[in-house]
Amino acid sequence: MTERTDLRSQASPSAPGGADGVAYVLGLADDALIYAQRLGEWLTRAPQIEEDLALGNVGLDLLGQARALLTRAGDLEGAGRDEDDLAYLRDEREFRNVHLVEQPRGDFGQEMARMLWFASYQHELYTHLVDSVDEVVAGVAAKALKEVAYHRDHAGQWVVRLGDGTAESHERMQAGLEAVAPYVAELGDDDPVSVAAAQAGVGILPSSLVPGTVAHVEAVVAQATLRMPDPPRWRSRGGREGVHSEAMGYLLAELQHIHRSHPGASW
Amino acid sequence: MYGNDFGEPLNAAETADYADAVQEYFDGLIGADQRIEPRDAMPDGYRRTLIRQIAQHAHSEIIGMQPEGNWITRAPSLRRKAILMAKVQDEAGHGLYLYSAAETLGVDRAELLDKLHSGQQKYSSIFNYPTLTWADVGAIGWLVDGAAIMNQVPLCRCSYGPYARAMIRVCKEESFHQRQGFEILWTLSRGTEEQQAMAQDAADRWWWPSLMMFGPPDTGDAAAPGGHTEQNMAWGIKRFTNDDLRQKFVDMTVPQAQKLGLVLPDPDLRWNDERGHWDFGAIDWDEFWRVLKGDGPCNEQRLAHRRRAHDEGAWVREAANAHAARQAARQEVA
Repeated sequence: MTERTDLRSQASPSAPGGADGVAYVLGLADDALIYAQRLGEWLTRAPQIEEDLALGNVGLDLLGQARALLTRAGDLEGAGRDEDDLAYLRDEREFRNVHLVEQPRGDFGQEMARMLWFASYQHELYTHLVDSVDEVVAGVAAKALKEVAYHRDHAGQWVVRLGDGTAESHERMQAGLEAVAPYVAELGDDDPVSVAAAQAGVGILPSSLVPGTVAHVEAVVAQATLRMPDPPRWRSRGGREGVHSEAMGYLLAELQHIHRSHPGASW
Repeated sequence: MYGNDFGEPLNAAETADYADAVQEYFDGLIGADQRIEPRDAMPDGYRRTLIRQIAQHAHSEIIGMQPEGNWITRAPSLRRKAILMAKVQDEAGHGLYLYSAAETLGVDRAELLDKLHSGQQKYSSIFNYPTLTWADVGAIGWLVDGAAIMNQVPLCRCSYGPYARAMIRVCKEESFHQRQGFEILWTLSRGTEEQQAMAQDAADRWWWPSLMMFGPPDTGDAAAPGGHTEQNMAWGIKRFTNDDLRQKFVDMTVPQAQKLGLVLPDPDLRWNDERGHWDFGAIDWDEFWRVLKGDGPCNEQRLAHRRRAHDEGAWVREAANAHAARQAARQEVA
């Protein structure tokens, strides 16, 4: 893990939580950034114009969170990297997001399943991070908490509509839940960086967020007359260590290529 | 006050010579430069013209999301990505706003979308050109939104109230977009050689199609056969002719191009002291009519993309309706 080694050697001494604190904040930022990138793909492709607007809104909120957190990670690192350096000039192995957010766009039901899980997780996360010893993280969390409450509600309403809609939509919404099921356990993995960040008071132990997240999703799924998927045969691992799925390389190629084609240029 | 919103509407069953009465009433409002409101009686031709124009405008907003949406995932900085996402979202909002304005005339959005998808109704031909580089996002904001504003500002005084009021809000956002586009090109034109070349190339490709956005010339061989300008001006829907607006746009844009250090691709472009306007070269109207009739680089692609999104979302819309109906039934029982 060269990235973490680098961060350890470069983190400014005053950074709360040290290098692990930097890496932790990057993980928060990358989840938001990469999901914003996927949601950006929906604009012009949504089932109705209202959803073009709504998915764009959620994406913009996440992009805003990502920018604030990347900037904070750069400041904590103390190596002079800004939000764009961190978004555009890191390689795949240096990104710390979970696999859930990098998966290619599925149908609308699958997207609502992903958003329900991710927003429920983020809601638990930010509820705790408002107490982070890192004032910037706490500030971002306080603002983002209102945003993700709306994301969670929006996704939840759609899961209910689709689950309790037509026979086709019921089937497709159930399939959406099944499709994202292998990716949700990773949200609760206690990777070493998160453990250290939690100990330092910067972050929160991911496993502690699981009960609240699952409870919310279960309630929505029940209201939608759907059922929670059986435990999947396999589950994703390693995003927080920079080990991603094959989809990630293509996502980054698209995100980064113009910026990288013009080294040093301003936009 | 707008139209007869606060008066007694004409009633077809109780009004002798209803058609004449409508015309007289309508002419009175138009003559007094008053607004026509949804519940006002209005001549069928006026209603049909407005439905067609507002629908075409709404469709343009929706199709116009595509060329710019094409760059959301590749925007070269996070700030630009956020601005672009917000902008494409604004276009969606304008579309919704305009479909709602059209609905006040007795059509519904689904019907209008069907007409867009089947090719019965048009959208602005400018969106049949591709966005090939990041600078094209700047050029669309600067030139295309700039031309749109030129067309739309007079519509804020359109005789039909809901359309006029929608345009007030739309124009505010469009002028913001135009400044954003200019700022993208401003940054590029002060950037690396490659960035400057990118900006110039975008100006080269978007200049002439932008001039075509004002529609065919008022007179001459390329004028629209059976054009509606005169009637639409009498109705207070149109306030300036196509050529008047085009000239205003050129006069506004040339100094901006000079500030940007961009050369507009027209060797005949020069200031005419006598006229007090910029002279410009001949527009390729064959290209205009060709693209309008379907033979542009992206006509098929834009409609196919739009139809695909609509078709792929059909099950979602059906489910939402089914769920709403079931909820309503449950409430009735309870």
